[in-house]
Amino acid sequence: MKTTPLTEVHRRLGAKMVPFAGFLMPLHYGSITAEHLAVREGAGVFDVSHMGEFWIEGPEALPFLEYTTTNRAGRLKPGRAQYTMLPNDQGGVVDDAYLYRPEAGRYLLVVNAANIEKDWRHLTALAQGFEVRLEDKSDATALLALQGPKAAAILEALSGQDLSGYKKNAVFPAQVAGKKALVARTGYTGEDGFEIFLAPEDAEAVFLALVEVGAKPAGLGARDTLRLEMGYPLYGHELTDETNPRCTPFAWAVKEKAPPFYGQEAMLAADCKSRLVGLVLEQGIPREGYPVLKDGAEVGRVTSGTRSPVLKKGIALAWVEAGLAESGTALAVEVRGRAYPAVVSPLPFIRR
Amino acid sequence: MNVPSDRRYRDTHEWAKLEDGLVVVGITDYAQGELGDVVYVELPEVGREVEAGEAVAVIESVKTASDIYAPVSGEIVAVNEALAEHPEKVNEDPYGEGWLFKIKPKDPTELEALLDAEAYKKLLAAEG
Repeated sequence: MKTTPLTEVHRRLGAKMVPFAGFLMPLHYGSITAEHLAVREGAGVFDVSHMGEFWIEGPEALPFLEYTTTNRAGRLKPGRAQYTMLPNDQGGVVDDAYLYRPEAGRYLLVVNAANIEKDWRHLTALAQGFEVRLEDKSDATALLALQGPKAAAILEALSGQDLSGYKKNAVFPAQVAGKKALVARTGYTGEDGFEIFLAPEDAEAVFLALVEVGAKPAGLGARDTLRLEMGYPLYGHELTDETNPRCTPFAWAVKEKAPPFYGQEAMLAADCKSRLVGLVLEQGIPREGYPVLKDGAEVGRVTSGTRSPVLKKGIALAWVEAGLAESGTALAVEVRGRAYPAVVSPLPFIRR
Repeated sequence: MNVPSDRRYRDTHEWAKLEDGLVVVGITDYAQGELGDVVYVELPEVGREVEAGEAVAVIESVKTASDIYAPVSGEIVAVNEALAEHPEKVNEDPYGEGWLFKIKPKDPTELEALLDAEAYKKLLAAEG
């Protein structure tokens, strides 16, 4: 089991530690709901050092990224970041990722922990035809996510820097609690917030400094309920090697390009027999794998589900037959043999 | 870990306590800690006949849904209605206000076959 530079800190703070993607990670520090609400109402800090960091540079870094990712890497100005996906050649997704351009000549691709090795094999194989250098810095990088409406005030206090000039998706160097960091105004919660890349030896000092000034330590449990309230995908659930992202609400990150991205033809040719939608249930808590019903017949499956701590209702992302994907469509989710009414809902589930 | 000695335990982390001829059932402090925030409790219907070891209730935490097993055979004669509004009582007071249901036991000696507090503590120690 791999650890992060903060594993001992989590233990000291009383975290319940669980294996996730090969890493021992904090699930919560006492209450998922309390951590969730702290992020919605104040600020929380997550250790996401398990995520993978690939640096890409060289004269053909941009053509390589345009070929290996679905979003328009060429639109990224220095100091900006974008959500993107790594396509395979079968219409599916190797991973979803965040692409940062901290400076003109260098790109940083942040990938899911569970996919670090798979992505690395995939990208290095495709890199053969390009004059490009890839470096896997996953083990040499700590990553903290400071999220919530109070995140900016907290980071301004700890960096002594005015952050108002850095909008969503900005990426910039900063000193945080006296430590050298790369900071991005990005996150996975739907709140304002920052992701802070650090040297592993600086992670503990910065994490504890953030907690000291009011960020609540938050674990993977809250990270999952927060992303689900926003309708964000989690690789392995909503997106997989077999799912076509054009049939999901995240189709906006797939752009038709010339020259085409790897596997573009297959991805754009497929028609969507099913679509990924949001479901809201007044009663019953939907979970991954539960059947979605229409008039008693199965028309799809839940990919992620929970009880929304904000709405206090069941929420889910689910595949349903394409003809049933319109908002307002009345369906049901089967929970332990009983059908609970579910309505197709626009995303995000909560208004920000 | 809080394991009161006035009741018996199943290895699936339910407790059972004889009160006025009825067996009151709940989950242990260890179990509520493992589940995390309880958000919903699905309780059996009053009047249902259950067998020892049968799954009769479900506790939903934020993360997962877990079956709750009847420690003894008999008839469900009461359920904790307060949990509909306040499922968090299972976390806050698992041995008291967080009780789940009461069984009128068919065979009161079934209770003695369950783990006592010492045996349950040993089980927890073994589970780490």
